[in-house]
Amino acid sequence: MSEEKIKITTPLTDDVVRKLKIGTQVLISGTIYTGRDAAHKKMTDALGKGEPLPFDPKGQIIYFVGPAPAKPGKPIGSAGPTTSYRMNAYSPAMLDAGLKGMIGKGQMSEEVRDKLKEHIACYFLAIGGAGALIAKSIKEAEIIAYDDLGPEAVRKLTVEDFPAIVTFDCYGGNLFEEGVRQYSRE
Amino acid sequence: MREIDVNEVIPKVRQMCMDANYFLGDDVKSALVNAEKNEESPVGKGILSDIIKNSEIARDQQVPMCQDTGFAVFFVEIGQDVHFTGGSITDAINEGVRQGYADGYLRKSILGDPIQRVNTKDNTPAVIHYDIVPGNKVKIIFAAKGGGSENMSEIRMMKPSDGVEGLKDFVLDRVRRSGGNPCPPIIVGIGVGGTFEKCAQIAKKSLLREIGSKHPDPYYAALEAELLEKVNKIGIGPQGLGGRTTALAVFIEAHPCHIASFPVAVNIQCHAARHKEVII
Repeated sequence: MSEEKIKITTPLTDDVVRKLKIGTQVLISGTIYTGRDAAHKKMTDALGKGEPLPFDPKGQIIYFVGPAPAKPGKPIGSAGPTTSYRMNAYSPAMLDAGLKGMIGKGQMSEEVRDKLKEHIACYFLAIGGAGALIAKSIKEAEIIAYDDLGPEAVRKLTVEDFPAIVTFDCYGGNLFEEGVRQYSRE
Repeated sequence: MREIDVNEVIPKVRQMCMDANYFLGDDVKSALVNAEKNEESPVGKGILSDIIKNSEIARDQQVPMCQDTGFAVFFVEIGQDVHFTGGSITDAINEGVRQGYADGYLRKSILGDPIQRVNTKDNTPAVIHYDIVPGNKVKIIFAAKGGGSENMSEIRMMKPSDGVEGLKDFVLDRVRRSGGNPCPPIIVGIGVGGTFEKCAQIAKKSLLREIGSKHPDPYYAALEAELLEKVNKIGIGPQGLGGRTTALAVFIEAHPCHIASFPVAVNIQCHAARHKEVII
């Protein structure tokens, strides 16, 4: 993409998140964690019972992804985002527990947007269907929980310059609404 | 009567599973290149350029273009003069899927039961649609259908009084409500007519058409062109972030229907439109 990209490193702080406005293109480095439907259900069930999560969510980012298997010699297979609205039921509890961001594709709910404002967190979009390209920024991958879920297991990823776009910011901004309003000819 | 050993089918299915996931069709690729050239949104242009780059990485490294390597869907046309030997054709197709998804490092996304939700770990069983046709050949079409776009699909039993305007409103509404969820740019497959199940099936089958191909019936060719223009006026754009490119194609397949009925099914396909065919 043509515009300037901002490099950020996890864990995220309030000061960093405040600089991220909708439309900002970021390159994320550090550790991020994976989780999709089944893992989110297990994690929010654990939170409900006061049990610990597979990782400390404070300041961290969860990537909604179920990667393809790694070919020999590679850390991971193709790894693009899955559709985020299915995590609407779980992300508010994860944000309450200290999560600072999610990466996915497609819209999320008003409730999630409110929680992002409340906790100074944000939602990033990665390009859906660009799993081979995105995998190049993932340097290490390790399953840390729920191995039985196969592609849905929770993985700890080490990423370098993982490309994403700020889509919901901590000010209530929504890039989907702005973008479609600008280009609608209906 | 021509005898075909089903064991001959297994390696062909295995190869199709891998090839479809690694190699984006030329028709989709050139539609994406064209869209990237014409996209007004700079963000949208960048996304389209990355999607094209992604397909090149997948091709060069022989890795799946998308981690969702799909539900294995087959349309099988069996010549009526064919006699299968050596076992069950359905078992052979599933064995091909099993081998292709394991050997090709493709993701296993199928649960044995939708409520109890335990992964079968080999991406079987496939969904297979059989058709008996004249002749002594067998045509097997494989499509890898991703879950994100499938989830944005819908069938509606409309009223005859809703007419073609009702169909257009439904299709546009379905695309609007889908937003960025099905990974736009999308392909919109529409089934119209038939019974409840036939309508959904022909919507899926329409997605196998080559992008840029015209419907043979001029009435439907015009309707497809009109709907494509209207879909691209919504402004959803690549990944839903706004832009001119929401769909690469709209395909319609019609079927005779009951005097009381007007079924319309919309099957959404993401830009990773993956299908291969083989004739035995």
